Amino acid sequence: MMLDRPLLRFVPRGTKINFMRGRFIGLATSAVLSIASLILFFHPGLTLGLDFRGGIVVEARTQGPADFNAIRAALAAQHVTAAGVQSFGGPDDVLIRLDTPPDSEPDHEARTQAMVDSVRHAIGTLPGAQVLRADAVGASVSKELFRNGMLALGISLLMILAYIWFRFEWEFAVSAVVTLVLDLTKAVGFLVITHFEFDLVMVAAILTILGYSTNDKVVVYDRVRENLRKYRTMPLADLIDLSINETLSRTLGTSSTVFLAALPLALFGGASLSGFAWVMLFGIVVGTSSSIFIAAPLLLIMGEKRLRRDARPAVRN
Amino acid sequence: MMYYSRLRMASVIGVCLIGLALCLPNVIRQPMASLPWRQIHLGLDLRGGSYLLLQVDMNSVAADRLHGLQDETRQTLLKNSLGYRNLTTTAHGVTFTPRTPEEAQPDLKALRAMPMNAPGEFSVEQTEDGQIAITLSKEAARQRAYDAVTQSIEIVRRRIDATGAIDPEITRQGDDRIIVELPGISDPERVKNLLGTTAKMTFHLVADSAIGSAVPPPGVEMLPMTDGQSTLPVFSHVDVDGADLTNASASIDQQSGEWAVNFTFDSTGAQEFGEVTRANVGKRFAIVLDNKVIEAPVIRTAITGGSGQITGGFSAQQATDMALLLRAGALPAPLNVIEQRSIGPSLGADSIRAGGYSLAAGFVLVIAFMALFYGRFGWYANIALLANLVLMTAILSLFEATLTLPGMAGMLLTLGMAVDANILINERIREEVARGRSALQAMQAGFERATGTIVDSNATALLAHVMLFVFGTGPVRGFALTITIGIVTTLFTTLLLSRMLMVRWYARTRPSTLPV
Repeated sequence: MMLDRPLLRFVPRGTKINFMRGRFIGLATSAVLSIASLILFFHPGLTLGLDFRGGIVVEARTQGPADFNAIRAALAAQHVTAAGVQSFGGPDDVLIRLDTPPDSEPDHEARTQAMVDSVRHAIGTLPGAQVLRADAVGASVSKELFRNGMLALGISLLMILAYIWFRFEWEFAVSAVVTLVLDLTKAVGFLVITHFEFDLVMVAAILTILGYSTNDKVVVYDRVRENLRKYRTMPLADLIDLSINETLSRTLGTSSTVFLAALPLALFGGASLSGFAWVMLFGIVVGTSSSIFIAAPLLLIMGEKRLRRDARPAVRN
Repeated sequence: MMYYSRLRMASVIGVCLIGLALCLPNVIRQPMASLPWRQIHLGLDLRGGSYLLLQVDMNSVAADRLHGLQDETRQTLLKNSLGYRNLTTTAHGVTFTPRTPEEAQPDLKALRAMPMNAPGEFSVEQTEDGQIAITLSKEAARQRAYDAVTQSIEIVRRRIDATGAIDPEITRQGDDRIIVELPGISDPERVKNLLGTTAKMTFHLVADSAIGSAVPPPGVEMLPMTDGQSTLPVFSHVDVDGADLTNASASIDQQSGEWAVNFTFDSTGAQEFGEVTRANVGKRFAIVLDNKVIEAPVIRTAITGGSGQITGGFSAQQATDMALLLRAGALPAPLNVIEQRSIGPSLGADSIRAGGYSLAAGFVLVIAFMALFYGRFGWYANIALLANLVLMTAILSLFEATLTLPGMAGMLLTLGMAVDANILINERIREEVARGRSALQAMQAGFERATGTIVDSNATALLAHVMLFVFGTGPVRGFALTITIGIVTTLFTTLLLSRMLMVRWYARTRPSTLPV
């Protein structure tokens, strides 16, 4: 039969956690993590995927465990030198990487394509081996894909800023976007540490976690705005704390469902999607905590004077 | 807020039923041919196949026209017994110095009468230093580039159709690119070779007098032989153009036993071919393919029948492919493959399995969570979630959209996010109950207050993903598309369907307390 009443409850009713007291600890932790991520971004830097780096990647499945020497010999017989031959997924799966000629050379595209064919021929000489996937991205295309990816990221951030600005006061918009940028740096740091390849799919993952993070902030801000109207004299710090506590159950509930939806993908999604899903999971945790520990304190610092200047309603309807 | 008219309920349920019907083509076979039967296509990453991104060599399009213009200029001047010096091509046209300053006016007159490919294609002017400049207009150059891509797409389609590929997709991208998608072909090498050949065949007389000279005289070019070892001087003027071919086929030559390509001209080509061969019996005639001489046989008699044969020491495959290329026609410019992605069928099957299991597992986890934490209202949210999945599938089918692996991830994340709206409503109702409101008041306030938040939070997500769809490429667009559709269906299922279930339950039972 239908379970009428909820069996479990996330947060006890009417929590009164004083989040704003720890605002400087939250901001400091975030700053440290973001600075560390920035350092990681410059050194050692992101592992660029095929989309952005250009080059050739061939995945092959051999009969029985992969014999790397035999593969290298077969490649040498076709006059190609692999930049890397490594195992991948199972023991009989191999990943072969080749660097393509730079786009300053006149016939670099044609040579890139000829190299893919040579690798296919080399795999063909190994008994029982088959090519699972062969991708070749020329140097000029990879630059273009990178430019378009960054453009999508930048414009999305601007649109989010514009929307929040339109719907809320500017203090809300600025603190949301500053928080999003901090979230973004942490996601980049995560990518550097985990060595997940940064490619178009990762740009999609990052945009999704930014979208999710924004969504989370909008819910908290919505409540702050409502309470600003309701409690005209309450100090802003108390008011923000109240708003976070009131929305805490929802915040944790939604993060859990998105987390649960993405978890199977991280565990069983296969090579091409598990990286994406892990970044999502990381982003959900970061995005949820940044609403409470970063976006809210920033709003408090920026809005302390303005939003509570006098008794008149400080927020547009 | 708490009242649903019969009409409103009927339309909500109607939309869900229509959605269900639209999903059917994905699971059962078409019962009648007259029934519209649209379904989701599987992307290349799920079914296996190849993706090629081709770039039309625009420099060559421009260079070809300049070359032709230079040739026409020379012919026109010769026909009018006018002389010239320093006839050269520039970036946008052709320039030369008249033999004498007095000849400048007759030069201008003769050249302005040259036929144009488009009105206003070029202008003929005398420059201050006495030279004559023929300048191609920018507008015409743009149009020529556009036409070159259109024509290339047509030729690419003909060539790919001739290979027997199933469901190939050929689309224009940007100013100078063509995307070719070949489901089921996981090794695109042959197609790549076919598309990488321009197949421009021309017939030129051999300039026997220039053999051995280091610098060819004006109007003569040194062309390599296909064996790559020697070169042959031929006149630049095209005597007969392979564009006038009507048919080509491969066969074994009766006398030599070698593979040969037979070709037939249309009436224009046959007439030209007849005239040239009649006037040049005893001379050598070079058959040139993509600026390489295949062979240069001696003309024994005039060939008036309009057909001929090329024997160039071909293998069976080479002869077949060459006949295919000649039949399909020449590309207006060389095509370069600049991106290639190919996926074998076994990897595609693996991906479907992995994506499918993850989707199922994620769905079950979310349903269990909602049931455990929200009870009856959680189950209503779950019904809405199921309807959401159905409606997403229905819209994707209606668009005949392509489902990719990232697209499956997008569906999964949409399901995770979709319950957010229900959580917002339920939490709000809980709060209102805690404040001591009655069941009716709490539900009313919950719907009212939560709606603004739901719209705000979904609008930001929608913005981000529309941007991703506009600026993204390849599989990322599939991801953005499913999420964008998912946000729309989420708004429908949560704001209308699950609320309707809650309202109907209230109207039926009139409870004094709510199960929250």
